[in-house]
Amino acid sequence: MGAATGQTASLAAPRKAGRLNRFDNPWLNIKLVVGVIMVGSIILMGIIGPMLRDIDLAYVGRSPLNLPPVGFENMRGEEGDPMHPLGTDNSGRDMLSLIIVGAPNSLLVGFVAAGFGMLGGIILGFSSGFLGGMVDDIIRLSADITITIPSLLVLIVIQSLIPVQSLLVMAVLLSLFAWPQPTRLIRAQVMSMRESGYVKMAQLSGVPTSSIMFREMMPNLLPYLAASFIGNTTGSILAAVGLEILGLGPQRLPTLGRTIQNAIDNSGILRDMWWWWGLPTIILIVIFIGLLLINLGLDEVANPRLRKATRQ
Amino acid sequence: MGGLTLNYIIRRVIIFLLTVWVSITIIFLVARLAPGDPISAMVAQASASMGVVENQDAIIEGWKEYFGLNDPIPVQYVKFLGNLLTFNFGPSLIAFPAQVNELIARALPWSIGLGLVTLPLIFFIGNLFGALLAWRRTPGPLKAFIPMTMIFTSLPSVLAGLVFIFVFAFRMKLFPISGPFGRGMQPSFTIEFISSLIHHGILPVASLVIVSFGFWTLGMRGMMVTTEGEDYMTLADAKGLPPFYVLYRYQVRNAILPQVTALAIALRTLVAGQILVEAIFSYRGIGTLIYTSIRNQDYNTIQGTSFVVILFTAVSVLIIDLIYPLIDPRISLEGN
Repeated sequence: MGAATGQTASLAAPRKAGRLNRFDNPWLNIKLVVGVIMVGSIILMGIIGPMLRDIDLAYVGRSPLNLPPVGFENMRGEEGDPMHPLGTDNSGRDMLSLIIVGAPNSLLVGFVAAGFGMLGGIILGFSSGFLGGMVDDIIRLSADITITIPSLLVLIVIQSLIPVQSLLVMAVLLSLFAWPQPTRLIRAQVMSMRESGYVKMAQLSGVPTSSIMFREMMPNLLPYLAASFIGNTTGSILAAVGLEILGLGPQRLPTLGRTIQNAIDNSGILRDMWWWWGLPTIILIVIFIGLLLINLGLDEVANPRLRKATRQ
Repeated sequence: MGGLTLNYIIRRVIIFLLTVWVSITIIFLVARLAPGDPISAMVAQASASMGVVENQDAIIEGWKEYFGLNDPIPVQYVKFLGNLLTFNFGPSLIAFPAQVNELIARALPWSIGLGLVTLPLIFFIGNLFGALLAWRRTPGPLKAFIPMTMIFTSLPSVLAGLVFIFVFAFRMKLFPISGPFGRGMQPSFTIEFISSLIHHGILPVASLVIVSFGFWTLGMRGMMVTTEGEDYMTLADAKGLPPFYVLYRYQVRNAILPQVTALAIALRTLVAGQILVEAIFSYRGIGTLIYTSIRNQDYNTIQGTSFVVILFTAVSVLIIDLIYPLIDPRISLEGN
């Protein structure tokens, strides 16, 4: 979304050079930094967590049932157990371990899906923009069609008949809907850059096409690509969580969506077991807001006009 | 240039038709590629829920005949295309004698109603906030307040829904927890029923609006920023026109048009969000229908409902695409 506005405003005259001194590095804007810290802390938790905490507790029947987090009481008046600081669910899964395993899983699905989508986007976008003609027509048409189809529904149809048990398969399915945005973006940029002086110059000097693509054009595309990647990550996690809440997706692997679905299935809200759904919800909120901030930050990197507008 | 050219219309209609065809083909392929035979799975499902099923083999044969599974694949495919295009999805497996299209017809008005309340609200609030955020004369405190409301942007609406159910329905008991209207009520045009409808609708609508309007706010702010500094703005200011008039007639009018195309892009997310929100609120719409049919492995219903939603989205996108050049003749139509 941000990339679209970035694109329009980038057509405006470039601002005076020389603003980008050491203290005005656009990559160090506050939104980007805070966003990276938020998402980074989830990744860090996934790396360090398993060293400090027994991960096997994330599976069924390893702990007492329905314990509240420390400092709270459940409906039966039981106190929290320091052995299970964030409580346990109705089938004896420890919430802390569940989150340590589940949060990186959910994040990973998003990153992998967006990564495949980006790869497809780079290949198709460059082909479309450079080759033109029939190839361009077909790629554009496919992108338009894929963008119109509501991905969640197609994924529901697929997964309700062909159960998916691995996160990688889930990610690949999600990536089938993550390529059109980067493709369109790259195509539009390639078309406009192809006419620009430095590319013409490189062509005249006999630089090979691949080198023009990746050495000359790619660096200019980076902030847009990064924003598009993050946008797709958000979209893929959103779709994965949605599918999991509907009861689809890997059933045995702990993910945040699966944890929430389990809470809904067992009336977590009506039984006042707020930690069942509340804790994974909080982690998802951290992930989504972190990704949004990164996206807004990248938008400001790509689009100096916007940067000025926020600072005034 | 610009305007509604024949080429543009043809291209849009072709995209629409291909979208529908690709979706049907995917649904068909998935059903054929699925491990095991869907009919045996249905019978297994029935025997699991009802104990014993007599004459299993006869039933399986009957179903196969009914769905035309004994035909060669290309014939099956053509039949399948025809069935979906005529909304003939076969019987529901959980509400057995009922046809899937009856279930959908019952659920669809509720979903459309919810969407028709939600979408204008999102569009209005989002664009208003976006315009205020970029306007020079917006009071400082308001400019500081609006970004704070946007913290919910891009969260999944289901999560907002869960939090709302817990806080406002379960703990504070301000709103009902689920359903489209009070228990035991009959839909009618009485004040009592309509107020119950609104009371039940507030939380689902709020959970959809709160996570979506920020998308429009950001877009609107971006567009407003580009109008800033245009010659016509300087002229309007120099003429001494009232600030509100300049904001509305000169800035918002120009900035809001691209926001209409964003509708087509946002629709996918909104539809998906609404399905999930309906499911957790047990609202009577399509979302709840999909949720219960997934739970009960009612594949006929999943297939039919998904197709109707895909078709509905594609039609909406087509309409937006065709209306847009009429209201914004500046846009050259090949999308770049």
